[in-house]
Amino acid sequence: MNGHPSIDSSAAVGLLFDMLRIRRLEERSAELYGQGRIRGFLHLYIGEEAVAVGAVHALAPDDAVVATYREHGHALLKGVPMTAIMAEMLGYQEGCSRGRGGSMHLFDAATRFFGGNAIVGGGLPLAAGLALAEQMQGSTRLVACFFGEGAMAEGAFHEAINLAALWQLPVLFCCENNLYAMGTALERSQSQTDLCAKAAAYKVAAQAVDGMDVVAVHDATRQAVERVRAGLGPYFLEFKTYRFRAHSMFDPELYRDKAEVERWKARDPIPAYRARLLAGKVLDDDGVAALLAEVEREVEAAVAFAEAGTLEPLETLCLDVYTGEGSA
Amino acid sequence: MTRITYREALRQALRDALLRDPRVFLMGEDVGRYGGTYAVSKGLLDEFGAERIRDTPLSELAFVGAGIGAALGGMRPIVEVMTVNFSLLALDPLVNTAATLRHMSGGQFSVPLVLRMATGAGRQLAAQHSHSLEGWFAHVPGLKILAPATLEDARGMLWPALEDPDPVLIFEHAQLYNLEGELDDSAPLDIRSARIRREGTDLTLIAYGGTLGKALAAAESLAAEGLSAEVIDLRVLRPLDDATLLASVCKTRRALVVDEGWRSGSLAAEIIARIVEQGFYELDAPPARVCSAEVPMPYAKHLEEAALPQVAGIVAAARGLLG
Repeated sequence: MNGHPSIDSSAAVGLLFDMLRIRRLEERSAELYGQGRIRGFLHLYIGEEAVAVGAVHALAPDDAVVATYREHGHALLKGVPMTAIMAEMLGYQEGCSRGRGGSMHLFDAATRFFGGNAIVGGGLPLAAGLALAEQMQGSTRLVACFFGEGAMAEGAFHEAINLAALWQLPVLFCCENNLYAMGTALERSQSQTDLCAKAAAYKVAAQAVDGMDVVAVHDATRQAVERVRAGLGPYFLEFKTYRFRAHSMFDPELYRDKAEVERWKARDPIPAYRARLLAGKVLDDDGVAALLAEVEREVEAAVAFAEAGTLEPLETLCLDVYTGEGSA
Repeated sequence: MTRITYREALRQALRDALLRDPRVFLMGEDVGRYGGTYAVSKGLLDEFGAERIRDTPLSELAFVGAGIGAALGGMRPIVEVMTVNFSLLALDPLVNTAATLRHMSGGQFSVPLVLRMATGAGRQLAAQHSHSLEGWFAHVPGLKILAPATLEDARGMLWPALEDPDPVLIFEHAQLYNLEGELDDSAPLDIRSARIRREGTDLTLIAYGGTLGKALAAAESLAAEGLSAEVIDLRVLRPLDDATLLASVCKTRRALVVDEGWRSGSLAAEIIARIVEQGFYELDAPPARVCSAEVPMPYAKHLEEAALPQVAGIVAAARGLLG
């Protein structure tokens, strides 16, 4: 018993390691935000890490990922270097989007990470199209599209899932249901709160998963991936999760009570999974300490890299509005 | 030279592209079995099959967004939106994604999408099927906007649009589909420049798409009065070919823009601003414009005609410039 019966020990530890990397990256980002080093909007994923970690670990490296504006973790998991993510947030040209995107618009062609989309629901049609390209080219790659439950009130969700189901596109719909669309609770904004029922209405296989349990997320995603890759059409996963921090750094959190937040924090996916690994003797305290130290090194190296970043020269302001052109 | 309609020229261009590049496919509402709302894609389903001639649900947001995704994924989609008013349902993917992605990603993702749609009035389709909103799209950096007004451009603009690595929107004025004439299809075309469609010396009429024919008719009428109008077909609404515009205006010293869009905040306004900025001291008269009346397009025929730029109005405005 290693805490995650269906994978080997190093993979099991890898899940914890990646949750810790995301957590620490974002804690450090929040500090930098407080110091005015990161500006704009900063949306933290803290509390939801088990979702991205469990899901992305179940993908193949060349599968595409489309994510939201709460996507630092997804980018990191896809293989975008933490240095490039941190430099992006600091607005430097060493960032993964040359400092033009910021926290909400991380992109990386090399790892097939298609953003970073700050229009709620905006990634869904894009994911359907990427999947259509895969299907038409006869590939077995799939597209994992992450979105919040709030996006399921958007027409983009309904149009995109209909298209994906109609054409049996290889899209893995990964709904991160953290119960609040910014400050609006699910039951205050959607008449049907059974999210799987919405997917099922389009004849898409759907499953709700405990998004605070990285093992459950990983297992469910692996099974879904197998089906999608086999050409059985899209699959919808609802990951029930919770955002521990405010929506963005400007949010005074008037819409939810502290007791609710505390209840969810008691289910923090990181200590829960760490305890499982310790109980399963996959890790001991020294092992955990080593992971934490490694994470700390990586985060500090990323901060150092980012702080040494350089500003894009103004001469290239209009570069890449059009391909191969400096201005238009 | 063959006798052909604008519609057939568009179809030939589609067919040619589908034959030349296996990555090319067409998708949109009723492009397949129905044959296209304006019958542009008629017959293509039989020849190329349902994989490449794809009927979509009535989901402009999704199928335009999916076109962007497919373009990112290595395909060369041609997406047809039935009419410009419906394209408003897809403004989000076009403006927030297709136009931004290359710059916002630091140059990593180009979007080689081609989007075709009908635009313009003249068929008594009233206020939700008749507007000319191409000027809005021409406002957006990252998009390229084409307005084929001739058989040659209907036939020749699609392929360079597909070769372009960036999103290209092609606006087909709905009154042009039945335009018929001789087509010399051998000439390769660019999608960068405006063209002088009639040489003249006394003033420059600047038109595009559905207003080109009216401008040419006005020029003919003016010629009968002894006035020599040069007629420029913009062809490309973004980026604008300032050089051709200014060269002509500096020669004739008078400019009249004919634009089926509404006057306020229009493409006509932008063109006049550029003429004034770059050619003010060459002008003998203030630049003028003939645009659509600032009303939602009415249904009744006489009202619709009154709302649109017409030859008589262009001639009158031209006479006014020549004082």
